[in-house]
Amino acid sequence: MTLLRSPLFRAFLALLFVVVLGFIFNAGGSFLRWDTHRDMLRQISVFGILACGMTLVIIAGGIDLSVGSVLGFSAVLFALLSLRLGWPAGWAIAVSLAAGAACGLVSGGLIAKFRIQPFIATLAMMVFARGLAKFISGGQKISTAVLRPDGNYGYADAPAFFSFLNSKILGQNIAVVTLLFLLCVAVCGVILARLRWGRHIYAVGGNEEAARLSGVPVAATKLLAYGLSGFFCAVAGLCQAAQEVQGDPETGTSYELTAIAIVVIGGTNLLGGKGGIGLTFIGAMTIGYLEKILSINAVGEASRLMLTGAIIVGAVLFQKYRK
Amino acid sequence: MALRMTGISKSFSGCRVLDGVSFELQPGEVHVLAGENGAGKTTLIKILAGVYPDYSGEISWDGERLKFKSPAEAAARGIVAIHQDLAQVPSLSVRDNLFLGRERTKAGLWMDYRAEAAEATAFLKEFGVEIDLRRPIGEYPVSVRQMIEIARAMIADAGAVIMDEPTSALNAVEVERLFAIIRELKSRNRGIVFISHRLEEIYRIGDRITVLRDGSRIGTEDVPALTPDRLFQWMVGRDVTGQFPPRTPSPGENVLEVRDFCVADPSRPARRAVQNVRFDLRAGEIVGIAGLQGSGKSELLNGLFGAYGRPPGGSVRLRGRPFRVTSPSASIARGMALLTNDRKRTGLVPEMGIVPNMTLASLRRFSSWGWMKPRREASSADGYMRALSIKARSLRQEVGTLSGGNQQKVVMAKWLQTEPRALLLDEPTLGVDVGAKHDIYRLLNDWTGEGKAILLVTSEIEELLALSDRILVMHRGRVVSEFKRGEAGRERIIQAAMGA
Repeated sequence: MTLLRSPLFRAFLALLFVVVLGFIFNAGGSFLRWDTHRDMLRQISVFGILACGMTLVIIAGGIDLSVGSVLGFSAVLFALLSLRLGWPAGWAIAVSLAAGAACGLVSGGLIAKFRIQPFIATLAMMVFARGLAKFISGGQKISTAVLRPDGNYGYADAPAFFSFLNSKILGQNIAVVTLLFLLCVAVCGVILARLRWGRHIYAVGGNEEAARLSGVPVAATKLLAYGLSGFFCAVAGLCQAAQEVQGDPETGTSYELTAIAIVVIGGTNLLGGKGGIGLTFIGAMTIGYLEKILSINAVGEASRLMLTGAIIVGAVLFQKYRK
Repeated sequence: MALRMTGISKSFSGCRVLDGVSFELQPGEVHVLAGENGAGKTTLIKILAGVYPDYSGEISWDGERLKFKSPAEAAARGIVAIHQDLAQVPSLSVRDNLFLGRERTKAGLWMDYRAEAAEATAFLKEFGVEIDLRRPIGEYPVSVRQMIEIARAMIADAGAVIMDEPTSALNAVEVERLFAIIRELKSRNRGIVFISHRLEEIYRIGDRITVLRDGSRIGTEDVPALTPDRLFQWMVGRDVTGQFPPRTPSPGENVLEVRDFCVADPSRPARRAVQNVRFDLRAGEIVGIAGLQGSGKSELLNGLFGAYGRPPGGSVRLRGRPFRVTSPSASIARGMALLTNDRKRTGLVPEMGIVPNMTLASLRRFSSWGWMKPRREASSADGYMRALSIKARSLRQEVGTLSGGNQQKVVMAKWLQTEPRALLLDEPTLGVDVGAKHDIYRLLNDWTGEGKAILLVTSEIEELLALSDRILVMHRGRVVSEFKRGEAGRERIIQAAMGA
């Protein structure tokens, strides 16, 4: 009975439910092949990285609507620095990551210091960062395309870092982006379970006033949570740029919704104070399998969106009311 | 002509909380329901008020069997409960709250504001409450809001009114006003179920009393026929010798030296909630602060602790050294602790377990370089569980699911972990059952024995008189009188608190 009440077990049941669906609708056996699962993990990784930061922010009692836009901005910035300006990979990466973190810190500062509601502050950052992405790219995709002397376009080779991020290792068995996702999960796991800061995050989300009166640095706790979320957005942005081999100022649009869906379907409470990164990892797998099953069965986009919406509700209800 | 509950049983997820309890309410009587937290009082009245539709046993009124599916159904039959956490919408006006769910309408569609206003004015006049019906109810103090709840029950023409610890948020004067209203209800032949942990109130207002313990009815008796000693024994199941443990104070060096202390009213910064307060607090001493609601006693404690963010005026010396009040974390570092008067809102993180709640104010001691030391935390928390005799299934139980007394002990353990020199306690026994209260009194004695200094705010005058070595009485933000132990009785303190 206590097992059924454990959120981790319930999240796992929801995942199991989706996987069973996969075995039933296995699209002529393609669900049974390893590369389907590998691809699912690769495709969900970028969303999963966003969901890691989102988890910290939500547990701290907030929400981050800007993750998709900050991802787009970082992707464009990275492409601009490395493809167009020819910076070495190390510098381009460092500056892009710092820029993402800075976006998060600005949202966090507005929320922690100026007490703007998280929804509003990050909505503003969502719009602003998208504008920033368009501003630095001049509204154009930044790619490796070059104008040849004969008047035609050709493609130069992308820097090695791009192909590395987009490659699979360990005998082609796991994508580098998936490893990055797992790394982010591990980092968040350590923060939440082992660090004093993690305890502060739970306390601030669970009862901010009690935490403040107990001497918890509430503002710093929030600021860092949004900052780390911004940093994770930049990590996801690098992956996105590498996968697309370009910096598209429109990329990442509406990704925040998927990230929130992953956190919620995992079972982390949107009201804050409760949840964990393990739940988010399972949530990411659940959403990943769902998308994969619908795509290998060639379900049209319209039905796919409707089914995804319905299944999210179903999974959350299932977690909530199972006794 | 009575409301009867017969053989009521109820279980929550396999755990039986009520076992064949019977209860009877006559019209025109005040029937006290007593027992420790967790005895089943709240469950019983929630069944009566239709909150829990799923139970075994029978409810009847005037011989007619009743079975409610919702509070609305119970209210429609004239049974209205006034819960501890008042079910009101703070942003709506007094009038709108009065008629919430029972709006007066024309043709069932259009709001009839004029009829509502007329009816409301008439009722409030009868109760002697003068307030602006159009202002949001959240602007008024709990006492007024409670009167509104009672008026609401009268508008619903309730035959039975259930009051769950109605006095816990009231001061002495407000309690008098509530009792006057209860007598008025009695004279109109309404039945009242009254829950209180305060002995003196039970004896003043109760006609009959039913005691529950561990989900069973121990007995029902006319109030005057039941001695306090027997009442204790019924409630606790063991003999409790005397309500308050004996106290032999031995004041030591000065811990807190407060001069010209002023605190701005947190809701209206232009006004001062505390004005030019001056007092000393010595090691091993309990100084009690008496005062009505709005006298500034709670603001004094919060201001000393730096809870408001805005720096207070005046000067404070802590163990001889000047102390600039800035923030809770700075105060904690200097050895101060504040137990707030609302543990749910400002004391606990309800969804966290016992361990993280106990260590929340002293996390630096349980971590190095930012890494937590879970084992050190757990063993320390385990020690406090024993020392404070906290009853819980395990160290991991969410504190929100503990009883009031045990929750309060967890908050106390949190502050003890910070090794404080000066404890500021704001209503430490609020909503705590008799057994746990007794434990807390003993703990206060232990702490002063260890040389801690305690500044105590409590609305229970008996408690204040029995525990305090000195009593400061506050009125409109100022300390108006000071009494030594045994120097003043209940009446003089109430008089002083009222500014007489």
